[in-house]
Amino acid sequence: MSTSTPTNKTVGQSDQRISAKRKIKRNKVLTYAAFVGPALLFFLVIQIIPFFMGIYYSFTSWNGVSSAVEWVGLDNYKRIFTNDQRFFDSFWFTTRFMFAAVIISNLIGFSLALLLNAALKTRNILRTVFFIPNVIGGLLLGFIWQFIFVRGFAAVGELTNIGFFQLPWLGDATTAFWGIVIVFAWQISGYMMVIYIAALQGVDTSLLEAAKIDGANAWQTLRRIIIPLILPAFTICFFLTIAMAFKIFDLNLSLTGGGPFNSTQSVAINIYQEAFTNNNYGVGSAKAIIFFVVVAIFTTVQVMITKNKEVEA
Amino acid sequence: MNKYTAKTFSLEVIAILIALLFLVPFYFVIVNSLKSFSEILIDAAALPQQLLFSNYAQVWEILNFPKAFVNSLIITVFSNIGIVVISSMAAWKMVRTPGKLSKLLFIFFVAAMVIPFQTVMIPLVKLGGMLGIMNSIPGIIIMYFGFGVPLSLFLYHGFVKTVPVEVEESATIDGCSQFGVFWRIVFPLLKPITVTVVILNTLWIWNDYLLPLLVLQDASLRTIPLATSSFFAQYTKQWDMGLAALVMGITPIVVFFLFLQKHIIKGIAAGSIK
Repeated sequence: MSTSTPTNKTVGQSDQRISAKRKIKRNKVLTYAAFVGPALLFFLVIQIIPFFMGIYYSFTSWNGVSSAVEWVGLDNYKRIFTNDQRFFDSFWFTTRFMFAAVIISNLIGFSLALLLNAALKTRNILRTVFFIPNVIGGLLLGFIWQFIFVRGFAAVGELTNIGFFQLPWLGDATTAFWGIVIVFAWQISGYMMVIYIAALQGVDTSLLEAAKIDGANAWQTLRRIIIPLILPAFTICFFLTIAMAFKIFDLNLSLTGGGPFNSTQSVAINIYQEAFTNNNYGVGSAKAIIFFVVVAIFTTVQVMITKNKEVEA
Repeated sequence: MNKYTAKTFSLEVIAILIALLFLVPFYFVIVNSLKSFSEILIDAAALPQQLLFSNYAQVWEILNFPKAFVNSLIITVFSNIGIVVISSMAAWKMVRTPGKLSKLLFIFFVAAMVIPFQTVMIPLVKLGGMLGIMNSIPGIIIMYFGFGVPLSLFLYHGFVKTVPVEVEESATIDGCSQFGVFWRIVFPLLKPITVTVVILNTLWIWNDYLLPLLVLQDASLRTIPLATSSFFAQYTKQWDMGLAALVMGITPIVVFFLFLQKHIIKGIAAGSIK
């Protein structure tokens, strides 16, 4: 630039200024890269690249071992949609489980929150107790409850003669289903309770007192004032429980192992077995992509519905 | 606020009864872990006739519990350090450099939270093999960096917005480098959200089963959940030893929780509301 134009003082100065500016700009870019780069790099390598590799493998007959990865087009998807009853059974199980688990754990969590929101003397201890199951991982919880259902319930049934405890727990499809729901609710309710308590404490007490003066009973206050005010908490809790229930793996694996007769096999277990037990990495990848699409749709729809409700309220 | 009435008292009694019901499974597990196998079969609900600690001694050896504990601890601690460092730095820079790039990156990180682990796990095993990070503890720690970044960055991002920028600016004028500004001034201010991030990541990583199952094949690298599951695969229905293994397995994380429960419950609430 300085060679093509006649050099005079002002141009030289602005040149210097430009290069100084460039230097500052370059420094800024470098610092930005130094701060954001590591997070981005790990994220890309560990999640995003595998995600796109998964899309590619879902169109191949890759078996995980041989280096030959053959392109098969939509064959894997065709096979899944036309000739894989067990995958659909596992989807059906996971969906039913999700509905039951989400409703029950939120119902219990919210009720516990209302209970502890009263001025109880033992509320801090109770809150801790209800939360404990949540810090234990699903795998260990599943083993713990396997014992409770098989030995513990039987012992209680002998003592009390209550029919509920004498059922063949985990032994047939129905009790296995509800067994997983019970353990999930036991694990998650305390977590939901903590979120609901935080929301309830944000409710303006003067509103509640005004309602009381106006003659509203407890149920009306709950339905017309408290619930609309803490709808955001419901969005969060439903979002969390839907995601957790739909992706259930550890607890399911250690409690029932998917049995009896694959009646409680979650989608996550089905995908895992397809890939790592049957060594069908291609089909497994296709299932994983279908799973991703369903999870994405579920969560988006759910957030949209609850957000709309929030606006209405 | 409210007076302690008879109604409150009855609520209190109900709440305590429900809490006891919540704790019953622990009663069964602990009590039966101290019995002999035949005593468990006779009556699982009764207290043990005599306390039998030999179950624990046996399982301690079979599980190689100290090793599993140390593996879990190393993985959890170093994953946490890495996640905190990289996501807090990135979040701060992104908030302080408003513009298209930062916005786009933020959306990118957050949107990826929808991807289920099962969707990336199959190719991750392949990629991990290519990168030579399979079957190694540093390798799994690196993977946790990648999986931990989105949520942690999201939480830091929300928090940094509430930190006033003036202090940083005056420090910059005083000639402090960007790294200096961040580590000496900003990072200490982020402590409340760092506590939340560490708690959420600790509960997740310590209890995680599937990623270690895929990555760590050597018996000597097993974490507590891995060691427990392989123990159960080998000694099915041997509840006397199985329950001792479970009590040992849950003790560290329950103790961690009971010591820090105030922070944990606060952190969990803060982490999920954002």
